[in-house]
Amino acid sequence: MTALTASLVLPLLGALAAVALPRRAAVAAALATTALTLAAVLWLLVEIGTGGTVRLVLGGWQPPLGIALAADGLGAAFLALTAAVMAGVALAARHEMAPAAAGPRAAFGFWPLMLLLWGALNAVFVSRDLFNLYVGIELLTLAAVALVAIGGKAEALAAAMRYMVFALAGSLLYLAGVVLAYGAHGTLDMDLLAARTPARPDGLALALMTAGLLAKTALFPFHVWLPPAHAGAPAPASALLSGLVPKASFLIVLRLWFEVMPDRAATGALMVLAALGAAAVIWGSIRALAQARLKLIVAYSTVAQLGYLFLVFPLAGGDGAAQPWAAGAWTGAMFQALSHGLAKAAMFLAAGLFMVAAGSDRLGALRGLARVMPMTAFAFALAAITLMGLPPSGGFTAKYLMMTAAFAAGQWIWALVMALGGLLAAAYLYRPVAALFARVAPTDPRPVARARQAVPLALAGAAILLGILSAPPFDFLQIGRPEAAEEGL
Amino acid sequence: MSALTAYALTGAALVGLGFFGLLAARHLLRRVVAFNLIGSGLFLYFGAAGGRGAAPDPVPQALIITGIVVALAASALAVGLVVAQARASGRATLPGEEDAS
Repeated sequence: MTALTASLVLPLLGALAAVALPRRAAVAAALATTALTLAAVLWLLVEIGTGGTVRLVLGGWQPPLGIALAADGLGAAFLALTAAVMAGVALAARHEMAPAAAGPRAAFGFWPLMLLLWGALNAVFVSRDLFNLYVGIELLTLAAVALVAIGGKAEALAAAMRYMVFALAGSLLYLAGVVLAYGAHGTLDMDLLAARTPARPDGLALALMTAGLLAKTALFPFHVWLPPAHAGAPAPASALLSGLVPKASFLIVLRLWFEVMPDRAATGALMVLAALGAAAVIWGSIRALAQARLKLIVAYSTVAQLGYLFLVFPLAGGDGAAQPWAAGAWTGAMFQALSHGLAKAAMFLAAGLFMVAAGSDRLGALRGLARVMPMTAFAFALAAITLMGLPPSGGFTAKYLMMTAAFAAGQWIWALVMALGGLLAAAYLYRPVAALFARVAPTDPRPVARARQAVPLALAGAAILLGILSAPPFDFLQIGRPEAAEEGL
Repeated sequence: MSALTAYALTGAALVGLGFFGLLAARHLLRRVVAFNLIGSGLFLYFGAAGGRGAAPDPVPQALIITGIVVALAASALAVGLVVAQARASGRATLPGEEDAS
């Protein structure tokens, strides 16, 4: 319980300290906060692993009046992902967000925003109250928009503004759904809502909340804001925005459809969600193929990779929830979210180092960089393996679990989408990898210290480890799941 | 028509106006105002929903106040972005969208 409180409070305190203290002390405070929060999250993981879901009722006020927090296996897995990515980003940002490299304004703003983003993510992952979640995703949006704009260039500002328009519209749709749910049931606690007597506005409330969250998750066709925003931010910020931020709103959608209102999960609605996901996989991949800049390729790949997550709905939701393959499909989608988070953060951090070395992220400028930066190029290739879903990566485990479920459920169309998405990922990632490993000497690259190159390698390695050691995270994710997990598929 | 119904209908009308503004307006400041209209409409509707029954429900009031604070923070950031965008590009519209109003 203390660990849960610490993982929520520490980043917020650290953000305040990073604003108030002078430059050197602010960075030191931010790094110390990162280490402490990481420790708190690890402690929480041990607590959950040994004792099950950790619940906390704020101030001793029971729902419906008070707000409950609960860190189950799912929430804690995302807490752990966030802590790992944040630690890597903090190490990378020590150099890349230094005043000399990024300008004094970005160097000042990055640390508080990073920690605010962390506090908001952690709050969203463990909150059990729909309005508390609204506040959480709003704080998340504000920090994320500011991180996009931090560079201050006209392009980045326009991308941030477009992001803001989509995200605020999404927030208001979500809020409208929350208001309807409260009007019908007089509570916003997830567990109390799950035990509610179904009422007429439920369907509309669920639809509004889902639509709003999809805009924030950048699911096709709401994805247009994502590539310019994620490509326009500084590389450490892009790693956070692409690897972590869309996962928060996705997690709320998941909890709404699987935990709060599974009774409203009509087959048609589940199919629509998965069809949008499939469209995102195909369209995002095709657009990624057409980009000339590395960061845009990686950003469009996020659009595609987020699409896979939505294939979970017809496989494990609605009528499928009672089927033996549901646990496999559900866990596969979570593996996809976790391994994508690690791999995408590694890719953006690697892209940032390539930009330091080559001065540009145009594919032509990256040719032959593997000669001078073998570690970073290797990290990029490892992350690419996860995104393509090749064994033995976490992405492979994810796609294996989801494909098995798709065949068992007789919904082979989703398996076809996953296979096609893997092929397209191989195609669009081949271009940057081929450029990096080209047999030419790069022209006058700036040297990058080995310690800095190790950060993306560690994150990409973690994404691979998620595939090699997939059994412990598989079991951990089942802690606190409403339905008993059945293995064997 | 009771007062509560009037509040709820006004709230719904504000949400409708706000959504129209969001879709029709290109000027970014107008869009920020449209967001605030939608938010205010939702809060008004929420307050009316909480006023039903014998004793008014205090929870919506607390949530509305929190929501107003959140909306204020979002508006402040949005206006700041609009100003920065207008300074950097000389226009208060998104690239590719002409200001017809």
